[in-house]
Amino acid sequence: MTTADNDPVLVVVQLTGGNDYMNTVVPYANGHYRDARKGGLRIEEEDVFKLDDEFGLHPKLGPLKEIYDQGDLALIHGVGYPNSPRSHFRSMDIWHTCEPDKVGTEGWAGRAIRDLDPTAENPVTGVNIGNGLPRALVVSGVPVASVADLATYGLLTSVEQEQQRAKMLKRFVNMYGSAIGSGPVNDYLGRTGLDALKGADILKGGLGKYSSGVEYGTDQISKNLRDIAMIHTADLGTRLFYTQHLGFDTHANQEPTFDRLWTELSRGIADFWDDLRAHEADQNVVMFIFTEFGRRVRDNGSGSDHGAGGGCLVIGPRVKGGMHGEFPSIAPGDLEQGDLVPNLDFRGVYSTVLEDYLGLDPVPIVDGTFEKPDFIEKVGAA
Amino acid sequence: MAEQNEIAQMAHLMRRAGFGTGRDELERLAEQGYEETVEQLVDPPDDLPGADENLMFRYLPSLETGGPSAVPGAANWFYHMINTKRPLEEKMAFFWHHVFATGNSKVDNDNHLTAQVKMFREHGMGNYGELLLRVAQNPAMIYWLDNNENHKRAPNENWGRELLELFSLGVGNYTETDVFECARAFTGWTLGPKIPRVPNHRFFFQFEYRPEEHDFGEKTFLGRTGTFNGEDIIEIILEQPACSRFIARHLYNFFVADEAQVPAWDIEPPRDPEAIDLMAKALVENNYELKPLLRLIFNSDFFKQAMFQKVKSPIEVVVGALRLTGDLQGPGLQVVPVSQEPAYMGQSLHNPPSVEGWHTGPDWINSSAVVNRVNFVADQVSDVELPGVQGIVQRVAASNGKEMPAAALVDECVDLIGPMQVSEKTRQELISHAEEGGPLSWAGDDEYAASSVRVGEMLALLAATPEYQFG
Repeated sequence: MTTADNDPVLVVVQLTGGNDYMNTVVPYANGHYRDARKGGLRIEEEDVFKLDDEFGLHPKLGPLKEIYDQGDLALIHGVGYPNSPRSHFRSMDIWHTCEPDKVGTEGWAGRAIRDLDPTAENPVTGVNIGNGLPRALVVSGVPVASVADLATYGLLTSVEQEQQRAKMLKRFVNMYGSAIGSGPVNDYLGRTGLDALKGADILKGGLGKYSSGVEYGTDQISKNLRDIAMIHTADLGTRLFYTQHLGFDTHANQEPTFDRLWTELSRGIADFWDDLRAHEADQNVVMFIFTEFGRRVRDNGSGSDHGAGGGCLVIGPRVKGGMHGEFPSIAPGDLEQGDLVPNLDFRGVYSTVLEDYLGLDPVPIVDGTFEKPDFIEKVGAA
Repeated sequence: MAEQNEIAQMAHLMRRAGFGTGRDELERLAEQGYEETVEQLVDPPDDLPGADENLMFRYLPSLETGGPSAVPGAANWFYHMINTKRPLEEKMAFFWHHVFATGNSKVDNDNHLTAQVKMFREHGMGNYGELLLRVAQNPAMIYWLDNNENHKRAPNENWGRELLELFSLGVGNYTETDVFECARAFTGWTLGPKIPRVPNHRFFFQFEYRPEEHDFGEKTFLGRTGTFNGEDIIEIILEQPACSRFIARHLYNFFVADEAQVPAWDIEPPRDPEAIDLMAKALVENNYELKPLLRLIFNSDFFKQAMFQKVKSPIEVVVGALRLTGDLQGPGLQVVPVSQEPAYMGQSLHNPPSVEGWHTGPDWINSSAVVNRVNFVADQVSDVELPGVQGIVQRVAASNGKEMPAAALVDECVDLIGPMQVSEKTRQELISHAEEGGPLSWAGDDEYAASSVRVGEMLALLAATPEYQFG
């Protein structure tokens, strides 16, 4: 393995729509939980994977229970921020920009990529698997490759003849190269165009090397995680991956949806780590899973509405497995507008990942100093 | 037959005052005359219809439902942009969506975003002062900026601040006291009672004025003192020289050339101060009627000379390509997925990133957006089955005899996809590429088919040029 292989790599998985953390890490023994979830969403004691005599994992999280038992899964309770707006977009924006009080324009993950590769030498230091570019990754001048489908990723992909396409891409390079030097906008456009193509080339070049005995599921998140494994094992210098699992906005008919989402995700995650282990490429990877908010404590009869405090899951050999932080009180008198009151600022959770894992100064990235939960083995300590 | 420069000027006008159009239409408009076309855009006659909404709902009834998702509403608007024959009306609605940026992210009741856009469509070329009042009473806006939480005893400044900062005057033209007094004047401008909602259903918001919530006390706002209400505040705002300049600068950035971003406007001088002076003066002289100002802009030299001085927005990229190729005309199912393409390039209709709207110009460009912009347009223009592309191929074929040299192919394509302006270096690259394929022949059916593909490929390469990113 090359030295680059040992650089820490972060995989961010965004659960979009608001994951019901209370039904993910279930306080099954708590009477208030049982009362609040009597509308049909209650997970019974006999169905959970027990973690201790208070908490258990949702019945569809079996593969994650195995990881937990290996000591590689950290569950971080009570994560959020004050005055949660309960709006998806705004909440996600806050998580993306670390700006709860005003609207920010730069994403935290983009800033991290800038600090990992300050001269933007490698256009695939940051890679998003999905459509478009999540705001977390948007920082002007920081190239990030955004890949909807790795198998067909690239420029001018509608040109079917590979030879012809290669000829056209050669022209593309010349045209964008000569745009540089004709004014600041053209400089920027020219460089960005070249980065986009270089990124696509690097990714494409890496594809051929991958082979795997792991058979991933056919659902989207499994496919995305496989794409990440493919790029990571190709050793292209990617340090930060980002992807989303969509559909957690379970206002109605939560049970089957939630079951499906977590069945896909936990299997995909288990396959991903199996794959990395088989390639001996797991030691320098941490997976960070978050959502924009938790759901209301009381269910609404078939689903759950937007809430506040949620939680994060962090996986990897460098992770200090177990439960971290304090699960907020579910007692009706302790709730705020019917929601759990978060006790751990998400920017502190980011700070742990940024500083203790990626070795970056978190203060300018998350814009402040926050209490850092201790869920990562620091470099040299392991 | 219209002169080449007339076609180029008309293409510029239609890109900016609309979403672009194909060559047949450009020639017809150029024959009709530039000023006549401006007049038709600014004051469209009744026989030029907007998009047929009834037809759309007949085929795509799901576009009527909104609620938590902005996708149906965005597709609905996208359909209007592709099909309207009143493009400036639609472009102005888009302009106001950008200025009075409201997001379903928070409103969570997308029918009201659609209603707001409809209001912009109907009144967006009317009187700015009246529009401001409509916006102040618009349910989506009231919820978006918390004016329903703006109470006599507990004023909420959100609407009051953004009204001054982003909708009328700009930073540096008011004090914090003005913000507070402004908020007080709008207390009681709220939403009527809503029935508590159940999952995935949304009840209609409506504007309601509640006197018992209104602060009737004395306020001092921008140097004037009185028992002002919201309407008085808007009148005082319109008297400020900063207001006409602020709207002028927004229109300049949207229609003429890329400006610095809004938050920098109190630091960065305008790109063309004379143009801003002229535009601001026209607004004041016409009592904030917008049509005279739009006529002034499109007929001005500063507009005519600003060809390709703007980075196209994702909506302009996508809708422009569709209007050029003639794809997705009418109510097809594909409207819904394709309406999400601009979002992949960084612009989600009904969901601007914040109340500040989108950051424009070079901020549209990042490496993932470049891939999506190039690929979407290249896919479109290289599809020789599409009517607009067929039209281009026919024109290229007709322009030349049996043998067509590489340079002629390039020049024809540069002309017919825009007319675009490409640098000499770009042109040489395109010619070298065309030369590799040898001369084109249109002699027989097989040759015609093979040459069509070559034209499609050249159009795709043009869509991939740095120059194509500007409009």
